Amino acid sequence: MQSTLQKSLPGFNDLDPGHHPWRQRLDALLNVGVSAGADLVEVFLERADHLGVLAEQDKITSVGPSFGMGAGIRVFRAGRDGFVSTNDLSDQGLEEALQQALAMLQLNASTLSSGSSFDGLGPLRDYGSSKNNWLDRTPDLVTITQRLLEGTHCLEKRGQHLDVRRGSFARDWQEVLVAASDGTFARDIRLHQSSGLSVLAADGEHRSSIARRYGSSDRPDDLCHWNVDASAQEVCDSAAKMLRADYVDGGQMPVVLANRFGGVIFHEACGHLLETTQVERGSTPFSDSIGESIAHSAVTAIDEGVSGGAFGSISMDDEGMEPQRTVLIENGILQCFLSDRAGEMRTGHARTGSGRRQSHGFAAASRMRNTYIDAGPHSIDDLISSVDHGLYCKSMGAGSVGATGQFNFSVEEGYLIKNGQLGQPVKGATLIGDAKEVMPRISMCADDLELAAGYCGSVSGSVFVTVGQPHVKVDSITVGGR
Amino acid sequence: MTNAPLNIRSLQDQLQSLARREGISKWDLGASRSSSASVQVDRGQAKQLKAAQRSSITIRVWNQQGLVGITSTSDLSDSGLEKALMGAHQASGFGNPDDVPGFSPLATAPEPDLDRPLQEAQGIQSLLKQLLDAEQQLLGRHPAIGTLPYNAMNEGSSERIYLNSEGALRQAQRTQASIFLMARAEESGRKPRSGGAVRLALGSRDLDLAGCIDEAAERTISHLNYQPIDTGRYLVCFTPEAFLDLIGSFSSMLNARAVLDGVSLSKPDSIGDQLAVPFFNLTDNGLHPAHVGAMPFDGEGTPTRALPLIREGCLANFLHSEATARHFGVDPTGHAGMGAKVSVGPDWFEVNRTPSMNTGAEHLDHATSDDTFVLIESLSALHAGVKASQGAFSLPFDGWLVQGGERISVEAATVAGDIRELLRSIVHLEPESVITHEGVSPYVWVDGLAITGEA
Repeated sequence: MQSTLQKSLPGFNDLDPGHHPWRQRLDALLNVGVSAGADLVEVFLERADHLGVLAEQDKITSVGPSFGMGAGIRVFRAGRDGFVSTNDLSDQGLEEALQQALAMLQLNASTLSSGSSFDGLGPLRDYGSSKNNWLDRTPDLVTITQRLLEGTHCLEKRGQHLDVRRGSFARDWQEVLVAASDGTFARDIRLHQSSGLSVLAADGEHRSSIARRYGSSDRPDDLCHWNVDASAQEVCDSAAKMLRADYVDGGQMPVVLANRFGGVIFHEACGHLLETTQVERGSTPFSDSIGESIAHSAVTAIDEGVSGGAFGSISMDDEGMEPQRTVLIENGILQCFLSDRAGEMRTGHARTGSGRRQSHGFAAASRMRNTYIDAGPHSIDDLISSVDHGLYCKSMGAGSVGATGQFNFSVEEGYLIKNGQLGQPVKGATLIGDAKEVMPRISMCADDLELAAGYCGSVSGSVFVTVGQPHVKVDSITVGGR
Repeated sequence: MTNAPLNIRSLQDQLQSLARREGISKWDLGASRSSSASVQVDRGQAKQLKAAQRSSITIRVWNQQGLVGITSTSDLSDSGLEKALMGAHQASGFGNPDDVPGFSPLATAPEPDLDRPLQEAQGIQSLLKQLLDAEQQLLGRHPAIGTLPYNAMNEGSSERIYLNSEGALRQAQRTQASIFLMARAEESGRKPRSGGAVRLALGSRDLDLAGCIDEAAERTISHLNYQPIDTGRYLVCFTPEAFLDLIGSFSSMLNARAVLDGVSLSKPDSIGDQLAVPFFNLTDNGLHPAHVGAMPFDGEGTPTRALPLIREGCLANFLHSEATARHFGVDPTGHAGMGAKVSVGPDWFEVNRTPSMNTGAEHLDHATSDDTFVLIESLSALHAGVKASQGAFSLPFDGWLVQGGERISVEAATVAGDIRELLRSIVHLEPESVITHEGVSPYVWVDGLAITGEA
């Protein structure tokens, strides 16, 4: 069956900025807000189209399309902000949402002007003009289902003792239009696609579950280039090694973290603490540390939104600003925070094109994009051979960071290191620590930097990111185990 | 705002008409609408005030081959409904012939009578005033408490609808409010510590603000005096919240969907198996009076009901959707979502002791016991540290080492184990059940859990 699902669902052109009434409507709306005394008014319009497909064993078991649209209106006054989201894009709906946001800050038509003026929207910066046909260029459902079934078939071919074989695909298309009373007027189209394979292997009482996900942005035909067989091989190898692995003995020890998703350590341990959202909250220990050493001199860390095709790359952030390559830490010295519009107002740190949000239902906040520790001079062998007794974390799971900067993440595939050599596989490890103590202990970086796609959930919802690093060595960290 | 209650009759008429035009004879629809207002504060100032109006619908269509397709949208306009119906019809071409959901046989059965009177909203300025006051009180409880990095107070209303082409028609509304306070405290030369509390109610006027402030303050202050803990095996007492979090993370062993998918620790023939000690009982009770988020029906229109899951330690029932119930030859239990492949999930867990059964460790009491034990207040990173399909967990926690009645907060540490072993190693359930915002449970004592610390 030839599906036109993804092409038939959206079909409304309300956000088309060439459609002059939108400029007029937004001009009028922003004017109302500024006239009521707002320092700044921002309107974020969105329409979105999502498709999720799941294959289990040798069947397609779920096809889940969804679509929608909405607006988020944010009003600033004296460092405070009021935010209202709505699905109602009618004139009346937007006007009422604006009035509600103004009322939150006790602004109304009779409020004295803040002194801000609105001179009309600037020229449209249209980052989406070359992307208008991207949705049409994504694979149709027949192709998607075939690729996923190919994936589950490869898992069966490559694996043993597999009770469950799954392949999944998600496509998120989003068109956004940002208009603000400082003249910002920008449009973009975003396309994120991810595909993944997972297995549950079981043999008697032994079990292992392994998953891998691959993601890209702005590459409509990416699924067609997915090396399904290689992915299946990787998943099955890992599942086989972990199936009969012993649980790790907990304790303090040196660890070597693999590249790609190993970068979750920097994301959780330090990256979140370098968002101005955390500076505002007083929940980062690095608030006053610009220019100071916060990490080992081996560590240079970067956050950027510009790597072609990377999951966290963007043409503009959700406040209409172009992304930057932001060096966060250089040779251990803190250089910069990630900042959004509110962060700049409240902390003084200049915006970095990092204002991001899941959807119109969230106000933008300073968030990471593609975040990684830069490559170092060492080989992987240098790192492994430097450890007498420790843990090699080949594959990492999810993680999180708490209000005091204490972070954690799980190890999906681990191996003991004994006398500088890789030893037996172990499972069940969770690494915990806090940034101030761990960052100075990342003492060696290898020369094999790679990125991996992920999702990051925080104050402004779930956003697409990449984490990354070369292999790194942490001199000592708490490894939770049994 | 233009967020009036959904007009269920109008939706039904529109869909009937559209479906007839397209030759679709079997369909159903789930819809929801919500409206909420929330505030956050920062050291005496409003930080962010938010309001949201959301609507969404999910439409399922059965095609002429009997296969199901689905589409969801937030666009409730005429054209949005039409596109959603057409999208679902197209998606049905990819329906799974081996697992076709049907209408719940209970979609028109009488609904339970939930005594949840709708509460009037106070308005965002009132929420702001109360939260600022709560923040001030909490900051004043101890000089080390410097900020409340996470705080929020909100109120809102929501509505759920289910209707289908055979005439089922359900509609329910509720109001809900919450306050969350997490304080961060730091003493000179020491690591920052934090503690938090949450309260839920049907309306913001009913929120127990004083109790929330007291609990957040007490927890935060109690963690200021901390020490690393030696790695080893300990007698552990879980607070009701911590235990409910843990058992909830392993709910796939009670979930028929997960059983059929092969990702559960349970098998189709596991009913009757001894999972836990004989004095342990677990019920999913979405009708519990303290469950402020209760709804009278699930995503398939099946009425909510209390369902014993573990009775005297034995697996008594699975949670079901229509499709899984049909497979097992039982009634749906009111725990379904809505989908082409319908998800199943728990509602509100209630843990209690088998009446009149002695645990053999009645001397254990988290408040008075002289034994050495670790009191686990809360577990973190459940999304990362729980391997539900393997039964394994390795989780960071906040808690205390209790020795001779004295509590010392535990610095960074993890607790690890296997849920099956844990359930069989429960040595005591304290007699008093505690109502939390996520369920009901007593303090639960488990022997021999592995704890890794920094000492």
